[in-house]
Amino acid sequence: MYFDSLSEFFNMGGHALYVWSSFAISLLLMLLNILLPWWRLKSTRQQLQRQIQRETRQQETSSSITGQQGEQA
Amino acid sequence: MWKWLKTLYHRLGSPKWFYQITGTWLPWFAAASVLLLASGLIWGLAYAPMDYQQGNSFRIIYIHVPAALLAQSVYMMMAIAGVVLLVWKIKMADVVAQSLAPVGASMTFIALVTGAIWGVPTWGTWWMWDARLTSMLILFFLYLGVMALREALKPQEVAAKACAVLAIVGVINIPIIKYSVDWWYTLHQPATFTLTEKPAMPASMWVPLLIMVLGFYAFLGWSVLLRARSEVLKREQKSGWVKELLQRK
Repeated sequence: MYFDSLSEFFNMGGHALYVWSSFAISLLLMLLNILLPWWRLKSTRQQLQRQIQRETRQQETSSSITGQQGEQA
Repeated sequence: MWKWLKTLYHRLGSPKWFYQITGTWLPWFAAASVLLLASGLIWGLAYAPMDYQQGNSFRIIYIHVPAALLAQSVYMMMAIAGVVLLVWKIKMADVVAQSLAPVGASMTFIALVTGAIWGVPTWGTWWMWDARLTSMLILFFLYLGVMALREALKPQEVAAKACAVLAIVGVINIPIIKYSVDWWYTLHQPATFTLTEKPAMPASMWVPLLIMVLGFYAFLGWSVLLRARSEVLKREQKSGWVKELLQRK
């Protein structure tokens, strides 16, 4: 390591505030750029899945109704 | 090689193929960005020597330079996607352009904020209306403009074309950013990396920087693919392959 001790590393030669705030802000923003799209991909997938299930169920019931009507007639 | 690139380009134009192939690319981009960014950060923060003039605040370079680099190249990619959409009418290009904008805006924001923080100990000021800083701020507003235009316009095809045009017109700002440090007197130092010359700093300083740049590009791929995939699903929800894909799971 370039620094002699951990406390010196965290102190950054008196520039701790500048160095650590820059890195913290940047990493937070980058993390958001992964997490937000990831959550959105998951929710989009779930939402479309539910929608498709609903549609197929509707198709099934409507076809079974017409089937019954056909029998009654 | 050329032929292979051409087939790849044509196949990527198909939403189904795009969705499937990016699914296999995603873990690689994720692994590469985590590995590269982690090693670059540790190396840059703890092992690289400090600058004898700037002290340890010099370490801000390890995010400032990659972010500024990406801010400009993401914009170029967005403009190229715009050309592909307008000239060849490939709709997937718009999905990519839409997914690029938020990452590009974030990168510009990171470059501006870390630059301002870095400016305090080195220049004694966090902001100056000089050419480099002002043109970067304009780049940030261009990104925000493209994103706002997308939200404001309906239908989607109209918004896509308008965003493409704005992105292409805004490209004029990119050479201004690049050459601002040569054309005008500015506080900002000239480019750290050039393709033609060896970097002025020792290898112990620029190797971690290079790793960070590669890590940022991998991160870009990861973030853009995540966004593009949900956008493809949303736009293609009526088509057969999406129904088939989601029913199976």
